[in-house]
Amino acid sequence: MCASKLLDNHCSVETPEGIEFVQAMAGPVPRILAYLIDLAWRGLVYAGLGMMLPLMGGLGMGLFLILTFLLEWFYPVFFEVFRHGQTPGKKALGLKVVNEDFTPIGWGASVVRNLLRAADFLPLFYVAGIVSMVVSGRFQRLGDLAAGSLVVHVDKQPKVVVDESIKPIMPRQVLSRAERQGIIGLTERSMSISQPRQEELAQLLEPVTGVSGAAGLEHLKGVGAWLLGRK
Amino acid sequence: MKERDFEQQYEPLWQAFERQVEDCRQGVEKPQTTFPEQYRQLCGQLSLARQRDYSDALVARLNHLVMRGHHLLYQREARATVGRLGNALVAFVAALRQNRQYVLCAALLFILPALVMGIGTYLSETFMYSLVSPEQAAELESMYDPANDRLGPERDSETDLAMFGYYISHNIGIAFKAFAGGMFLGIGTLMVVLYNGLYLGAVTGYLTRAGFGITFYPFVIGHGAFELTAIVICGAAGLMMGHALIHPGRQRRLDALRTASAEAVKLMYGGVFMLFVAAFLEAFWSSSGQLPVAVKLVVGAALWLFVLWFCFFSKIGMSREPD
Repeated sequence: MCASKLLDNHCSVETPEGIEFVQAMAGPVPRILAYLIDLAWRGLVYAGLGMMLPLMGGLGMGLFLILTFLLEWFYPVFFEVFRHGQTPGKKALGLKVVNEDFTPIGWGASVVRNLLRAADFLPLFYVAGIVSMVVSGRFQRLGDLAAGSLVVHVDKQPKVVVDESIKPIMPRQVLSRAERQGIIGLTERSMSISQPRQEELAQLLEPVTGVSGAAGLEHLKGVGAWLLGRK
Repeated sequence: MKERDFEQQYEPLWQAFERQVEDCRQGVEKPQTTFPEQYRQLCGQLSLARQRDYSDALVARLNHLVMRGHHLLYQREARATVGRLGNALVAFVAALRQNRQYVLCAALLFILPALVMGIGTYLSETFMYSLVSPEQAAELESMYDPANDRLGPERDSETDLAMFGYYISHNIGIAFKAFAGGMFLGIGTLMVVLYNGLYLGAVTGYLTRAGFGITFYPFVIGHGAFELTAIVICGAAGLMMGHALIHPGRQRRLDALRTASAEAVKLMYGGVFMLFVAAFLEAFWSSSGQLPVAVKLVVGAALWLFVLWFCFFSKIGMSREPD
């Protein structure tokens, strides 16, 4: 429990409704990937502009310079303000930019965090930004620190389906909170863990349940189903 | 209550909530008046689910729903209307007045080195070569030679727009770097503003010495009003952040930085706008060879007066100043 707390990338905020509301912070790797996707999109646009505009002479050159300037600095601002904090790259990876209180990001913060890309980029290829992300507790680059923004995961967890064929069994002992959580966790994740490993885990409780092997696992899952409220 | 019963009881509510959030997000409909109440109920259910140790999956699902509701309820006004642009302008002027000390510092950082370098290069040509290579100096000289019929960088009229693009990407890029440099305790800002001051001084002194003032001054005076002021303003924004990091006062350094950057970005709005105007003037007005020198000098002087009056003496930000 303690070890996982130390490595936890979750961060909670108390909302005005008086609840603790939790979000998972996005680390450097997904953010770099999102950046690369955005870079590819922008590259495509540059390539398109670069092919079309020189045909228009001086006018085309001017337009090219203006458009590349705008794309370079304001592409993320546009998407963060108008598309719910998600550039196409962030959307592809299920990331979102929010304020530190998890409210959607506005103009001011978005402009600050994107203008400060110039600082994050130094000395080259976002080294300052990556160092800042690794050192700060919530993966914030320099622009995020100044703007008070965070990048969070928004992907929806798939709904857990518990095998309907499990027969609920009432536990014989009084179970503590952590024990209940453990057994429920095993029951819910039984689809994603291999059978031998599940049996191995169930074997640990053999002294309590009194049954071993596949039968022990069945028993535990039954208890889990009962704890979930199956009758 | 067991988890399953809890889920069964509220499932229709959650599904309706999710549908509503999705519709609002796509702009199909506006949130209903009951939305805040539904959202609070959902918050209550999330707390209950946590307190009763329901499974992680259920808690995660409710948390996800709460997040979506939270983003809908607390969304910012994102539309860029004329009214909001006006507000940004007023905020800019008010911020400028409130942070006079930073603007003054940035202005001194720009003007003093420019004066030193300007006088230096005016008195001795070799002083110029400490900053600018002889080839570049020769190029500058050829650009502003009064023998040319067109002022500024040599070009024909159809490349005016090309130069407009160049000025935008180059000059505004410098201003953004001056701002971003504030993150490094203001040292980056210091370097950008100082360097630009030195360079401007050197070029001015050098060209005056060469006797090209007659072409150089009319060229720079018009857009200089906007461009030089804007660089000073963006420098001031960078200095604000640097100062907050060095001397956070009674706040934590990060909090001080955040407060300062929220204020500094208002200066940036105005600065960027002025740089766009400057690029426009530089490309289409300053370089025009047809206009008489006297007209350019008079209009240039008028632009300087207008910019200084607007930034420091106009009544536009008065009502906002107290907060």
